[in-house]
Amino acid sequence: MTAKPKAPPTDDAARRDPSHGAEEARREASAEECRAWLRQLLLLRRFEEKAGEAYSIGKIGGFCHLYIGQEAVAVGTMAALREDDYIVTSYREHGLALARGVPARSVMAELFGKAAGCSHGKGGSMHLFDAERNFLGGHAIVGGQIPLGTGMAFAAKYRGTDQVSVSYFGEAAANIGSFHEALNMAALWKLPAIYVLENNGYGMGTAIARATATMDLFHRAYSYDMDAEAVDGQDLFAVKAAMMRAVARAREDSRPTLLEMRTYRYVGHSMSDAAHGTYRTKEEVEKYRKRDPIEVVSQHMRDEGMLDDAAKDALDEEVKAEVQDALDFADQAPEPELEELYTDVYADPA
Amino acid sequence: MVTMTYRDALNEALREEMHRDETVFLMGEEVGEYDGAYKVSRGLLKEFGPMRVVDTPIAELGFTGLGVGAAMAGLRPVIEVMTFNFALLAIDQIVNSAAKMRYMSGGQVGVPMVIRGPGGAALQLAAQHSQAFESWYAHIPGLTVVTPATPADAKGLLKSAIRSDDPVVFMEGEMLYNAKGEVPEGEHVIPLGRADNKRAGGDVTIVCHSKTLQPALKAADQLQEEEGVAAEVIDLRTIRPLDTETLFASVTKTHRCVVAEEGWPFAGVGAQVVDTIQRQIFDELDAPILRVTAADVPMPYNKRLERTAKVDPAKIVAAAKHVLYLE
Repeated sequence: MTAKPKAPPTDDAARRDPSHGAEEARREASAEECRAWLRQLLLLRRFEEKAGEAYSIGKIGGFCHLYIGQEAVAVGTMAALREDDYIVTSYREHGLALARGVPARSVMAELFGKAAGCSHGKGGSMHLFDAERNFLGGHAIVGGQIPLGTGMAFAAKYRGTDQVSVSYFGEAAANIGSFHEALNMAALWKLPAIYVLENNGYGMGTAIARATATMDLFHRAYSYDMDAEAVDGQDLFAVKAAMMRAVARAREDSRPTLLEMRTYRYVGHSMSDAAHGTYRTKEEVEKYRKRDPIEVVSQHMRDEGMLDDAAKDALDEEVKAEVQDALDFADQAPEPELEELYTDVYADPA
Repeated sequence: MVTMTYRDALNEALREEMHRDETVFLMGEEVGEYDGAYKVSRGLLKEFGPMRVVDTPIAELGFTGLGVGAAMAGLRPVIEVMTFNFALLAIDQIVNSAAKMRYMSGGQVGVPMVIRGPGGAALQLAAQHSQAFESWYAHIPGLTVVTPATPADAKGLLKSAIRSDDPVVFMEGEMLYNAKGEVPEGEHVIPLGRADNKRAGGDVTIVCHSKTLQPALKAADQLQEEEGVAAEVIDLRTIRPLDTETLFASVTKTHRCVVAEEGWPFAGVGAQVVDTIQRQIFDELDAPILRVTAADVPMPYNKRLERTAKVDPAKIVAAAKHVLYLE
């Protein structure tokens, strides 16, 4: 695994255009696919709205970081993956888990700390796991999951499978050492790793411009001779197109990619802070809300005659019912037994 | 039995386990082409190739985290840190990722990996290169902490560590690599979590681990020769889980105990040993337990100051005589 100089990144068009390939992806998408994605986008949105409500009445404890506004990133990237690919994320991961197919009941029950939760009540909002779906965790130390995802890519290459691994993280993690150490090794060893940087503009309450010397975070990959693109993260079709390119690169050529998804979170960093008023203005949030990821897909479907208002409302009602069911399930599910306190510390309990 | 060095015993353990299980790989700084900073991995690159013996950049946080991720995906990484002083850069991945993965995933995802390398003081390497961090890792539920003192233990324990389904912090003694000893031939595996009675005696128990085994044995010889006192030497071998059964059996026999360790006194391994003994077999004690530790200072460079800071046989003898009320 010695280093060998490689050709410079070649995706010039993609580097210049955050919507590269989006139109083609839009044209190719069937009505059935669009409906499935719209349903997922709505599920992520309604789930988080309900989680926020449950948090405010004390049903959910600890920290709770909502994904509202960023849904197209989760749904668009997951649409390009295979079931056996590896996924690791940060602690803002409810939406990513749902988009991966972890059942809403299982995610909500975890937020409620119940035994039926996807981490059996031991992880909570920040540590959702579903090993069956290779969804290997929400991780709560900024940047800590980036080397983990890199290791999963290493394991795929080591075993000679064509799996890829995806590490999701926020833009603030691009300033921490683990990001740079991991990207260097992924490029050096040509690992099938995809780094999805969700740039929502703020690391907690610190605007990117106040924490980062350069605004084009995807450029950082060039230091490691790695392919990279900036992507319109509010357009599911742009996200999916970019992710398809990254997956092909990883799966077929075992080369890593950094995708900077330009997105926005409508809500506070966690449930403990307001959506606006301290570090950003109401006007700014309103501006971003106007280009909503759900609306982008709905508009396309309306334009193509795939969706009318009645059908969208019906879909929304269906999703709301699913979320209500998840909430009721989580609320009624039993707590973990007290004996569970001491299980799962070691493989061998002795 | 064959006589070999601690270094070669570790090398044999790695080689045997890599032959036995193709998911085992070795990764770290200088482990491949350089044959290991301390030559523990000598010859392994040639034998197993660059996919299984991987030279890394100097990026402890990154490659340790990479190892954790590989373990989560089903491999069995052996991550070599050049010394445990440098593992401080990786401690986030060891503590926040490796140790907690099984628990916070509700038992779904384990981390079968070994983090190994030398710890403790060598000779005149000064403050940043002369530290014993056992108690730091032993504090963490989810980690197993192993500190072999002899070639036989090094081999048998490393093989068990590699086979463990949990993360094992395997701390070698920097000054022990050249130490020679007899190692059983053929398959030699020592279970984790078992202390070893290295010298039987009925008058006082000296508890030690890793590099303090040698001064403990010397102290026991001296006590026998000079005072006619029969000291029993218990080598913990594994710090976590602590083998309380062996400790209690010895102290129940001797009723007196001294704990020696290379680390600092505050919240050290010895503090845990003392707590466990006084809490569970208080009535067996005929004297307060004494601890022998490094001086509570950063390690100085000056040779004479360094020697004074370290544990030595004389300090253990003095503590033993104190608990025996011989002075």
